[in-house]
Amino acid sequence: MNQEATLTKPAAEQSESAERTRSGRCYRPSVDIVEQADELLVLADVPGAKGDAIDVKFEDGTLEIRAEVAQRQGDEQGYLLREYGVGDFYRSFRISETIDASRISAEYADGVLTLHLPKSEAAKPRKITVSAK
Amino acid sequence: MVFGYRTPRHPFDQFRDEVDRLWTGVFGPGDGLRMGALRNQPAANVWERDDALLVEMEVPGVKSDQVDLSVVGDELSIKVTRPEVAENVIAYHRRERSTGSFTRVLRLPVEVDAGRVEAELHDGVLTITLPKAEAAKPRKIEVTSA
Repeated sequence: MNQEATLTKPAAEQSESAERTRSGRCYRPSVDIVEQADELLVLADVPGAKGDAIDVKFEDGTLEIRAEVAQRQGDEQGYLLREYGVGDFYRSFRISETIDASRISAEYADGVLTLHLPKSEAAKPRKITVSAK
Repeated sequence: MVFGYRTPRHPFDQFRDEVDRLWTGVFGPGDGLRMGALRNQPAANVWERDDALLVEMEVPGVKSDQVDLSVVGDELSIKVTRPEVAENVIAYHRRERSTGSFTRVLRLPVEVDAGRVEAELHDGVLTITLPKAEAAKPRKIEVTSA
């Protein structure tokens, strides 16, 4: 029945650069990436993760999100209905926008990770005032 | 001719149909595994203890006052509302998180004590504990020898 769970919760694509050292399934979190005037807002669903078990990395234009999730029921537990599996979350993105990496900030509440990726000064829209002589 | 050729069904599909059919029997029509996935409803896990049924759902981004639970007869309904949080949007580069209200109705396989149902919400995981009614609890029967 484990395969069934991936219908509603997709498995993470295995990244070649990083090999996992934890056993168990790894899932791909659902995300929104929202462009706002001065930043990119990333919302990622990582239900069941504790705030201190979430790892965010931004390097060479690649954003990586990793969240460890502890099992909530033992394997021996007989499920009457099992529509999703519980496991770690992993996902990475190429961010083409120019980001000011030093000012990236993250918050976590209610199973949602919120990342603010401020655009660097050069990438911000600029209104140019035309002075009349 | 390509389209005249019928491939046999994948054994896993056959297995899945079998599982769907089984669970439809337990939880009533409309709550088969595949139905929930199709309608984009929050998925649920249900398991059993001697004294209670446990229902768990992943509802990230939902606060406790955005969850409505009710038990009527043998049906548990769970309504969750997930608000839109992004403002001043120029463009969505990805939009995978659905928002709005979702209702899930589960038919309970045993009688529960509706007055003692408890629910907890932690880190986007909703756990509902439904204590079984006295009549539904397993009972150990002593065998006396004459």
